[in-house]
Amino acid sequence: MNRLLLNKIILLLSITSAVIGIGFLFWILITLAYKGIDSIHVTTFTNDLVNGGIRNLLVGQFTMALLATLIAVPLGMMAGIYLREYSGGGKLARVLRNLNDVMMSAPSIVIGVFVYAFMVAPFNTYNGWAGSAALAIMMIPIIVSTTDNMLSLVPQELREAGIALGGSKHKIIIQIVLRSAKIGITTGVLLSFARIIGETAPLLFTSANNQFFTMDMNEQFPSLTVSIYNLATYPDEQSRELAWAASFILTVIVLAINLLGRYATRSKKGK
Amino acid sequence: MNGKVFRRLSLLSATLTLFLLIGIFAILFTYAQQSIQAFGFDFLTIDQWETDEDGYGGVFGGWIPIIGTLLSTLIAMAVAIPLAMGIAIFLTEIAHSNLIRPVSVAIELLAAIPSIIYGMWGLFYFAPIIQELFGGNGVGLLTAGIVLAIMILPFMAAITKDAMNTTPGVLKESAYAMGATKFEVIKDVVMPYSKAGIIGSIILALGRALGETMAVAFLIGSVMSVAHKVTDSTISIPVLLANNFSEAQDLQLSSMYYLALILFVVSFAVISLAKFYFLRRGTK
Repeated sequence: MNRLLLNKIILLLSITSAVIGIGFLFWILITLAYKGIDSIHVTTFTNDLVNGGIRNLLVGQFTMALLATLIAVPLGMMAGIYLREYSGGGKLARVLRNLNDVMMSAPSIVIGVFVYAFMVAPFNTYNGWAGSAALAIMMIPIIVSTTDNMLSLVPQELREAGIALGGSKHKIIIQIVLRSAKIGITTGVLLSFARIIGETAPLLFTSANNQFFTMDMNEQFPSLTVSIYNLATYPDEQSRELAWAASFILTVIVLAINLLGRYATRSKKGK
Repeated sequence: MNGKVFRRLSLLSATLTLFLLIGIFAILFTYAQQSIQAFGFDFLTIDQWETDEDGYGGVFGGWIPIIGTLLSTLIAMAVAIPLAMGIAIFLTEIAHSNLIRPVSVAIELLAAIPSIIYGMWGLFYFAPIIQELFGGNGVGLLTAGIVLAIMILPFMAAITKDAMNTTPGVLKESAYAMGATKFEVIKDVVMPYSKAGIIGSIILALGRALGETMAVAFLIGSVMSVAHKVTDSTISIPVLLANNFSEAQDLQLSSMYYLALILFVVSFAVISLAKFYFLRRGTK
């Protein structure tokens, strides 16, 4: 019978798409592991890029991402607190919330050229500050949205209890509301950190790259992702191997932070 | 800390995104001025990108990268939409409850992989397969489009799944009671009910695909010519920026900002349409 056959075909196609999606994930991960592990040596971690390692790149990428986090988390959390606790759900809050969502999907390369215009061009040199600023701009909207969502899960009764105790509004927010949303917000911070540590496009014209170890944010700053992009296009086998090693390490870092974030939320729910 | 100060600080932070958006627009617009004055709206249809011999002036137009961006996105959408619908249907209507979580996590991890990794993998492992199957030199519209599809798949599937999950069970059960098959329930009950969310997810994914840089930079071929076949190499706006921005100066640099402005305005419009119209959030 046609109806039943059609039903079976569609359900089969649906299962097939899930298999395709998961298939691509494993294809990419297995390729990376196979090429990456093969290319990793002890010197990969102890040498800088100039000597065929990624030590300075890892340090550089983490430095920029951590600085971005230090800028983005307080700003993003404060914004989320305003949207959820102070705005009273008015029109302004609705517009800001939607604009924030739009900002979250803004093309990352555009953020790169935007930061270039006022943090690189005037000084005539790529620098680490600009890289961090570009990453922070990517991160802020994610933190705003997470904080906003996590605060919405805090039961209203907790706030009322705080009021009944005579607490002032900002004390209630800091001591009661934020505290009970702590795990959710931490997860959000971890996930957004995982997102920005793997970004390349915003760094291309801001931090650019540096072959040598440096902690001086005023000069071109080493970036793992920008290096992968450069190395992969070099014709020599050694550069490519290093690109694979770097890609594998980057992916392991990103996925590990991701799974850590997820695990934190799940163990909370399990209680 | 004083309560008033805390409140003011939070309001200030909340308006930051607004100022960022205005700031981005203003800076792109200012830096693009030279090119806007030189080419005006003809910029959109000029199919040249050539510097004069002195390295300063030249003729720059957006036609080739604009078409490249649109076509690679189109291919990505054509591949991603059916797959995302399939995955969403699988997760909401078919999968056993033990399977839902691992499958969703796997799909979400697909979104976590950095785009540069998609580029590396695509260039060395996926492009050769496309070359084998369809000819050409491996990198081009089709390769970029398919890998883009895999990258936007998780977003589309996740939002579609959430939209489908809002269908009240009673509606589905009534349809089953009338003897409808699973497919008929999905087609006639779930899909119409979650239509706005599904369209929203598609448009949102479209917005992301337009601005994707690194994976496409590896895979589109970066050749300054319009593709006539899907296997031809071409270029997109983000890729042109990624490749040439750092060496550009004067009019060429300004033209790059013009392209960035176009990309920003278009993706802003597309994403706003999705967010404000189709994925409206309650006042909650």
